[in-house]
Amino acid sequence: MNHRLRFEDVTVSYNRIPAVHHLSAEFSCGSIVALLGPNGAGKTTLLKAVAGLLPLETGRIEFTGHAGGRSGREIAYVPQREAVDWDFPVTVRGLVEMGLYPALGMWRRFTERDCEVVDEAMRVCDIGDLAERQISALSGGQQQRVFLARAWAQRADIYLLDEPFTGLDRNATEAFLAALGRLRDSGKLVLASHHDLKSVGELFDHVLILNGELVAAGKTADAFTKENLDRAFATHVFSGEGAGEHRHFHHV
Amino acid sequence: MGWVFEPFEYEFMRRALMACVLVGFTNGFLGAFVVVRRLALVADALSHSLLPGLALAAILVGLTPGGLLLGGLLAALFVVLGGHMISRSSRVKEETAIAALYIVAFAVGVAIIKFANVRVSLDHFLFGNILGVGDADLWTSYAITCVVLLLLVAFQRPLLLSVFEASVAKALGVPVGGLLGMLVVLIVLAMVSSLQAVGVLLSLGLLILPAATVYLLSDSFDTMLWGGAALGTGGAVAGLMASYWANIPSGPAIVLILGAAFVLAYLFGPKYGIVARRARRHLHEESLRRWDKA
Repeated sequence: MNHRLRFEDVTVSYNRIPAVHHLSAEFSCGSIVALLGPNGAGKTTLLKAVAGLLPLETGRIEFTGHAGGRSGREIAYVPQREAVDWDFPVTVRGLVEMGLYPALGMWRRFTERDCEVVDEAMRVCDIGDLAERQISALSGGQQQRVFLARAWAQRADIYLLDEPFTGLDRNATEAFLAALGRLRDSGKLVLASHHDLKSVGELFDHVLILNGELVAAGKTADAFTKENLDRAFATHVFSGEGAGEHRHFHHV
Repeated sequence: MGWVFEPFEYEFMRRALMACVLVGFTNGFLGAFVVVRRLALVADALSHSLLPGLALAAILVGLTPGGLLLGGLLAALFVVLGGHMISRSSRVKEETAIAALYIVAFAVGVAIIKFANVRVSLDHFLFGNILGVGDADLWTSYAITCVVLLLLVAFQRPLLLSVFEASVAKALGVPVGGLLGMLVVLIVLAMVSSLQAVGVLLSLGLLILPAATVYLLSDSFDTMLWGGAALGTGGAVAGLMASYWANIPSGPAIVLILGAAFVLAYLFGPKYGIVARRARRHLHEESLRRWDKA
């Protein structure tokens, strides 16, 4: 299947301050895309907009032809690790099974096929031997992969990750990257915010560089240039001071 | 074994037993969601805000279960929604806003309860009177048990998704806010049903202690649900027996027994108990072996 994620003139605001401005870009399946830009450039805001957690003020986000951003099971949002209560009474397997809840609805029981999906998700993310562990008894990298497995069990096509590599050491980064690679090879689209510019080349095949507006988007080899980065990091981030000097009609 | 059944030769003790089973089970089951969603303080506020609602209902419509239920619900929703509104529209944080509202509501309740035109004492509201459980109370408890269990079982999956990680649940289209509202209403219902047994002030113990105890013993949410319900039931019945034999009020007896279970789990839980954690073998040798030195 050919998944395409298309942004068309997308504007999203956070606390009435436009964080992402009139952004248009397009990505196709089988890519791992880095969202880059200075703090406050709108990386997390854009991820949340794709996930449907923030409303669009202008434009649309299309996924393989239909409007996304609304309760799509095909879109999986993976939160930052700090946002999760790791003492929650659930095992790794239990957490991955939660990915199936939307498909199962309120009553349907787990079938053998569902168990296979869970097994497969844990295999793809290389956490099979951790199945019975409580989730706080995992390392940071393993925790990331458990959430990835849950998204796989959900049969998502688009994976939205918020700073997934933060705090991972080299081994954990490699293991996580291997899991992402398997997702890409099965035609998934991974969109991840990222702040460590040194590692972009080895981790991501596409980039989307933001500073409130789109600076550049495309293959890492083409778009990840010093010139684009300078442009992204030179512009001051708009934080609301002096608002009104250049006001668009749709933000009033 | 005769001594076990002796108290239940009395009609009022049989009713009290029934009430304990219903109330213990419902609160223990619901408590799992309250504990993992960290609603214990909100539940405390809800229990206090029941008093003005009940006082108002007693003044306006008398002491009917329906009136009490409605009054309690309205007062509780006023405190929770009001607290939420204040925290969103000012710099005061939510727990402060809720605490401010519930303590004021509680004061209003204490102040107006003497105008209630029926023979009830403040003690009765605050600490319950399980030996005075009537048929209407039992039917109310029974209905509340059915509603609470049915809704929690039916919505278990979306509830679990939203209490575990709200933003992920929202992205999946789960109505997170609506489910939280449902939990608040169910907490109020459970508290109204435990009113007769343990009163406003001790109802929190029935709700929190069983689930908190099982939380210290298990890594499975299902175990927390059903184990909490079983512990709540057992604790309530044991408390009733203890109150009969030791001649102390039933509310404190129930809460003390559940509290003792909690302390025991905290100390001696096999995995998370502090004694077990202290006694765990130091893995020095095994750790060293990774470098082929041992």
